[in-house]
Amino acid sequence: MQAEQHQYSFEVVKWFVYMSVVYLVIGTGIGVWIAAELAWPDLNFDNPYISFGRLRPLHTNAVIFAFGGSTLMATAFYIVQRTSHVRLWSDKLAWFTFWGWNLVILGAVITLPLGITQSKEYAELEWPLDILISAVWLAYTFNFIMTLSVRRVSHIYVANWFFLAMMIMVTYLHVVNSLAIPVSFWKSYSIFAGVQDAMIQWWWGHNAVGFFLTAGFLGIMYYFVPKQANRPVYSYRLSVIHFWGLTFGYVWLGAHHLQYTALPDWTGSLGAAISLAMIIPSWGGAINGLFTLSGAWDKLRTDYTLRFLVVSLAFYAMSTFEGPVMSSKTVNALSHYTDWTIGHVHAGALGWVGMISIGAIYHMVERLWDTKIYSVNLVNLHFWMATIGTAMYIIAMWVSGIMQGLMWRAYDDYGNLTYTFVESVAQMHPYYALRTVGGFLFFLGAVVMLFNITITIRKVATNPANKMSHVAGI
Amino acid sequence: MSNNDSKKTLSLQERLEKNIWALVLATAMVVSVGGIVEIVPLFYLKTTFEDQVHPEYEELAGVRPYHALELIGRDIYQREGCYLCHSQMIRPFRDEKDRYGHYSLAVESKYDHPFQWGSKRTGPDLARVGGKYSDDWHIQHLRDPRSLVPESVMPRYPWLDDELVDGFDIQKRMKAMKVIGVPYTDEQIHAAAAEVEGKTEMAALVAYLQVLGTMIQFEPGRDYRD
Repeated sequence: MQAEQHQYSFEVVKWFVYMSVVYLVIGTGIGVWIAAELAWPDLNFDNPYISFGRLRPLHTNAVIFAFGGSTLMATAFYIVQRTSHVRLWSDKLAWFTFWGWNLVILGAVITLPLGITQSKEYAELEWPLDILISAVWLAYTFNFIMTLSVRRVSHIYVANWFFLAMMIMVTYLHVVNSLAIPVSFWKSYSIFAGVQDAMIQWWWGHNAVGFFLTAGFLGIMYYFVPKQANRPVYSYRLSVIHFWGLTFGYVWLGAHHLQYTALPDWTGSLGAAISLAMIIPSWGGAINGLFTLSGAWDKLRTDYTLRFLVVSLAFYAMSTFEGPVMSSKTVNALSHYTDWTIGHVHAGALGWVGMISIGAIYHMVERLWDTKIYSVNLVNLHFWMATIGTAMYIIAMWVSGIMQGLMWRAYDDYGNLTYTFVESVAQMHPYYALRTVGGFLFFLGAVVMLFNITITIRKVATNPANKMSHVAGI
Repeated sequence: MSNNDSKKTLSLQERLEKNIWALVLATAMVVSVGGIVEIVPLFYLKTTFEDQVHPEYEELAGVRPYHALELIGRDIYQREGCYLCHSQMIRPFRDEKDRYGHYSLAVESKYDHPFQWGSKRTGPDLARVGGKYSDDWHIQHLRDPRSLVPESVMPRYPWLDDELVDGFDIQKRMKAMKVIGVPYTDEQIHAAAAEVEGKTEMAALVAYLQVLGTMIQFEPGRDYRD
């Protein structure tokens, strides 16, 4: 372990790991706040900077790009070194990636509450920040590829394929979707309009999910699940199918966000058809992850980190089944525009992305700082808060979403719409309150995690005797 | 593992796993297919826009670029994140027709940089809200939604009354729009500053809301989408 600390550049990984926990707390905290604003609108306090419409993009950017991005950068740099048996190609580029990415996040925290936005979902940041993102992203990608090119093992490990696909696709998506003509430093207009802009936005939007939040986190799965379970990946062939099926197929799905809209019917139908087919690679991947635990299931009783990883795979399987169902035309007619979509996203975001990241971070903290976690009981507490919080959130949104869909299309015996729109809004109140409670529980779990990890790091820093290598007498 | 299957010849997969540049190239190609197939045709297939399929439907020519004040209103609509709770895309269902009006056409948002179709209806669709309520109703509703609709969860927007719009800035915005293909004339851009002088952000947002969905006078019984 000592030798490894010198062999690999882990300092930058440590910083990314810690910041990603900080951003998890901030991002979910803002989420809880805006959830509460929908349940109790007086919480907007007539203040422009904290009104729902301005804070919601800050929430999505904070959880996807600040938390998710930091996790992806930490894990990619960690995994690529360990599976290539070589130090990062460039420490300087890695530090540029760290400071650049955090500068982007700082930019988001300042500009979004000011209402500076391109108004494309998950791509709200204005053009100067978009350019900074491109530079940082290319530095990250280039460093990763160059590290692989100087690897000391013959094969490139499967986790790296997924990271690579994520980096390439996000480059395409970010560049094309952000093309805009600047009016001033903080205002621009998308060069695309109407129907084409919509298709490009959801090509970006669904692949922010499919590549940033799925392919990248599958890279995490393919490294940390086998490591934590101390078992090899269940099936090599399945991972090959999973990889190529996912990279080819996911790209097409954006069109299913636009069914029955003014987008030509062929595009939406194509998106829906491929969405159904995506169950195969997605479940192949979920099975591959879960079956890796074959013969090691007893570890779930004692290994709380492994619990996070396994539950994340269950949520991955659940949401990759739910997604194709929602993209079928019949279901989409009901579910589109409702809270069901929000519930689906959070099944993926909290259950899959959140849990797998948390598991990976607990795993990395012990190895990066060469110590044991301060409190295993707090990890267990975090696990239950996160799981129960996620379940409450999803259930609340299922009920409210389906109820909205049914109320909007209900007719009475005389052929009139049964409900006014605002009657459906009034019915949502208890579910919006329940969602807030579920989200708050998840947020509290993240606070527990931040506390636990901070104490762990401080104990090592103040007393090197707490290092594992010292304890073991190495 | 696969070494056992093919000891003599390397499979393509194995070659890719051993050569990072080949893997980069293969992945870059595979992930580009879906986007190209779904996006590129939208720029040249004439079936994308209803007015190209039915040039004889004269009402479709009614779609025009936003007037200066409306464009400012649209920018405020984006700044406040209205699109996060309100869609502007009516689907061709009976209940949506009864609730919101005629289904939306592609041609109606052809000058929308960026599009504002939205993805969520926490509040109702606004694609045809224009002319449905009076200006006074909108102003009161934006100042305090619950004074008119007690069950509403929309934030209040009192600050829209406080700010005057910027006439010089709107000219720059219209010029930028012109560069990307919105047919503003030089006269329109020239007159814009005077047009919006002394107007509040509230007036601009209401002007935008009042034009939504009103540019086409639909012919009853006509099928606009084949």
